[in-house]
Amino acid sequence: MISQPLANDTISAPGMSKARTGRMIVYAIVGLIGLALLFAPFLFPEVRSQEVAARICVFIVLVASYDLLLGYTGIVSFAHTMFFGLGAYGAAIALKTMGRGFDAILLGGAAGVAAALVLAILIGLLSLRVKAIFFAMITLAAASVMLVLASQLSDFTGGEDGMTYQIPRFFSPATKLLTDADGKVLRIFDVALDGKIALYYFVFLTSLALFLVMARIVASPLGTVLEAIRENELRAEAIGYRVVLYRTAIFCIAAVIAALAGIVRAVWLKYTGPEVALSFAIMIDILLMVVIGGMGTLIGAIIGVVIMSLAQFYLKDLMQVAADATSGVPLLPELLNPDRWLLWLGVLFILLVYFFPAGIAGTLLGKGGTK
Amino acid sequence: MDTLNATFSRLGGVYLLPVIMGVLAFVLIGSPSTWVTLTVAGLAMGMMIFLMASGLSLVFGLMDVLNFGHSAFVSFGAFIAASVLAALGSWLTGSSVALNMIALIMAICAATAFGAAAGWFFERVIVRPVYRDHLRQILITMGALIVAEQLLLAIWGGAPVSVARPAVLEGSFVFGTIAIEIYRVFAFLLGLLVYVALYLVLNRTRIGLLIRAGVENREMVEALGFRIDRLFIGVFMAGSALAAMGGAMWAGYQGLITPALGGEMLIIVFIVVIIGGLGSIEGSLLGAIMVGLTANYVAFLMPKLALASNMLLMMAVLLWRPYGLKPAIKG
Amino acid sequence: MSDAILRLDDVHTDIAQYRILHGVSFDVPEGGVHVLLGRNGAGKTTTLRTIMGLWRARSGAIVFRHHDITAVRTPDISRLGIAYVPENMGIFGGLTVEENMRLASATGAFDAARLKRIYQLFPAMEKFWDKQAFALSGGQKQMLAISRAIIEPRDLILIDEPTKGLAPSIINAMIEAFQEIGRDTTILLVEQNFHFARSLGRGATVIDDGRIAWNGSMEELAHDEALQTRLLSLSMAEAH
Repeated sequence: MISQPLANDTISAPGMSKARTGRMIVYAIVGLIGLALLFAPFLFPEVRSQEVAARICVFIVLVASYDLLLGYTGIVSFAHTMFFGLGAYGAAIALKTMGRGFDAILLGGAAGVAAALVLAILIGLLSLRVKAIFFAMITLAAASVMLVLASQLSDFTGGEDGMTYQIPRFFSPATKLLTDADGKVLRIFDVALDGKIALYYFVFLTSLALFLVMARIVASPLGTVLEAIRENELRAEAIGYRVVLYRTAIFCIAAVIAALAGIVRAVWLKYTGPEVALSFAIMIDILLMVVIGGMGTLIGAIIGVVIMSLAQFYLKDLMQVAADATSGVPLLPELLNPDRWLLWLGVLFILLVYFFPAGIAGTLLGKGGTK
Repeated sequence: MDTLNATFSRLGGVYLLPVIMGVLAFVLIGSPSTWVTLTVAGLAMGMMIFLMASGLSLVFGLMDVLNFGHSAFVSFGAFIAASVLAALGSWLTGSSVALNMIALIMAICAATAFGAAAGWFFERVIVRPVYRDHLRQILITMGALIVAEQLLLAIWGGAPVSVARPAVLEGSFVFGTIAIEIYRVFAFLLGLLVYVALYLVLNRTRIGLLIRAGVENREMVEALGFRIDRLFIGVFMAGSALAAMGGAMWAGYQGLITPALGGEMLIIVFIVVIIGGLGSIEGSLLGAIMVGLTANYVAFLMPKLALASNMLLMMAVLLWRPYGLKPAIKG
Repeated sequence: MSDAILRLDDVHTDIAQYRILHGVSFDVPEGGVHVLLGRNGAGKTTTLRTIMGLWRARSGAIVFRHHDITAVRTPDISRLGIAYVPENMGIFGGLTVEENMRLASATGAFDAARLKRIYQLFPAMEKFWDKQAFALSGGQKQMLAISRAIIEPRDLILIDEPTKGLAPSIINAMIEAFQEIGRDTTILLVEQNFHFARSLGRGATVIDDGRIAWNGSMEELAHDEALQTRLLSLSMAEAH
């Protein structure tokens, strides 16, 4: 009897400080990422890095909105890219048909968001009352139909090739945000403050705003109710929560945010097609990012997206080296081919779900295993 | 409501649906020969999909495990069969019916055996650690699907592979104006054979009795003294083997296969089990036949709608019966 | 003490993050009916499920006839000679009565004498032999569940609230059946219906909040109304 409290003390004391250190690490990493993204145009001026930074911004929103479903509510949906794509296609089609104006982005984006909302309500009310597994299958089927529609209705969507369009003049390199005494565009650290910068900060600030909105949602009473439902659905129902309504609500919120992220993506890329806005490859990316980062932490989205994005570039290089080194061995070079990077990421994913179901952020924050 | 349902089921119940679809299509299509061709194609397609879907459905029913990696068995089955057929090319083109059939049977057997072995591995390594945890189950089997598809690409490359068909199954039976592809008849008969075999095992043997009981209430089966985990690995292997067999048949049916095949079939198989109801092979058969018929009829009547037709069918069924047409009774 | 067929020693069971049993210890003597009483949520069902291996004990020991079954798998516990009739009866509704019975017999074949005895106890079983079990009434399902437990010779039957939701006439039939079964088999009966428990039980154990609150003979408990009120006040109120 005497040894028990002692044992507890010795276990809990380092455990506590470990959790604290973990939290510090997570916030430090996220802070660094935030700063890097904030100053990305100045820190990494090359075009390719800009593209990576903008993609990271949009995907943080997309992945975090998926975390609202998967991590916070325990809903497994495969239709998230569908909503993302609806936003992107809405903006893209309007920009293509109405010309390069903010009105086109607003109108097309609004149409895309509205379509996403309506579909989310339909799918939610129709199928969120059934088992998680059923829902996963139904969303998968719905998303596949949307993918097929996008490639078939080529008059509207450009089919498999997608479509390119122009975006508002304000975002073009010719726009001078600030000028120096000579009337030339002002340069800071040798970076021109032109419309391209404006475009990046449009992406960055919109993403930041959406992320903060989600952080607010999670901290609100709604977030608490959702976690209660995830932990024990029957109990939540017994207490009197209308589980289906709450689930549908969060499904709609996530869908709208994904559609908004899609609009931003469409504006940044000046191109929308199945590959960048609708494909299952994106859905798998999202899934990997949210699980690697840490389900149910929101902040894990940031870590997951950055790790995956870096991996997509550097893992390939690493694999090329390994493939060259093993070129004499049968099959192995084929497995190490940079095109097969998803293979290793998939293995990593499986191991992660087994051993660290809380993901990187979740493990560091001491959330432990999910049930 | 109960009496209404009772009346409906006395008339044949949901099994009437494919018949109703057939009659409706006959009226709409008008031409009997076209109708026969489409119906045979739909039935053959349905039977192949049934092979793929039945295992998924039983595994879900028995163990509450939904394996998103199931389609990997289908695509590996297809590619293995294609490779075996390619290796035995000379047997296929020859006029010897025996060699023709041996090559085909070897291809199907190789695919099926692979499916069983891969199913064993899958169950032991992938699924077993996450029983009773739906979220991780979906994630892990999805991860396994990613890995499997990448392996497929690593082994066979990304280019489409053409599948050699045995000469004896090429061509059609012709009755007047009606032509029926021989391969379709073969696919239908094989599927029917498997269905009958499954039906007999489930309804006439003790193992089948255990499976049916386990689908309803596995805890009680354990409390009665049976190791449900052993039962489950058997069912999982059988289901994977059937999926691979379906893939092999599908390869021959399509003639040209790509690595995207697995993903496409996964959606269709899901639609089938949702329509049919999870956990019963009768439901899987019904769903598969309906999906096969719908796909073929709609492709002829309203080609624009063809791609969304299965989805619409699923939505309609779900609105009417949220748990599918013929789900297993859960105790 | 040596005549105990089943002994629980300081059994602790957790379900998810909840601690349900906090050290349950009692003996079930060989033969007759031993009743496990307690309020709703006291841990009666958890106790039965832990014995059966359907929940795992975190600590403590469960000994059945010199076998330590604490960590034994459910199917192996069953094969040692323990039958379990859960609260929901565990009937396979899609199977016929015959198929339900066939599953419960070790070989799949029936011993004619035992079957005859079951028909005598529960004539409905013979009558509905070929019918699907979901069509049976609640009482008939309970009869089927109990028949399943006695189609093989068992040493111990765990029965969870067999009278729940049954009409009084059927409950009386159950009492007779249990008295008959209890002649050659030990029954550990979880019950809320004190009238039913009292007419059957030889020994009684009262469980409360995951702990043993009282242990003794049924006779003693039945004659001490103050004790009943103290131990079972809530469940008594609910039983009527």
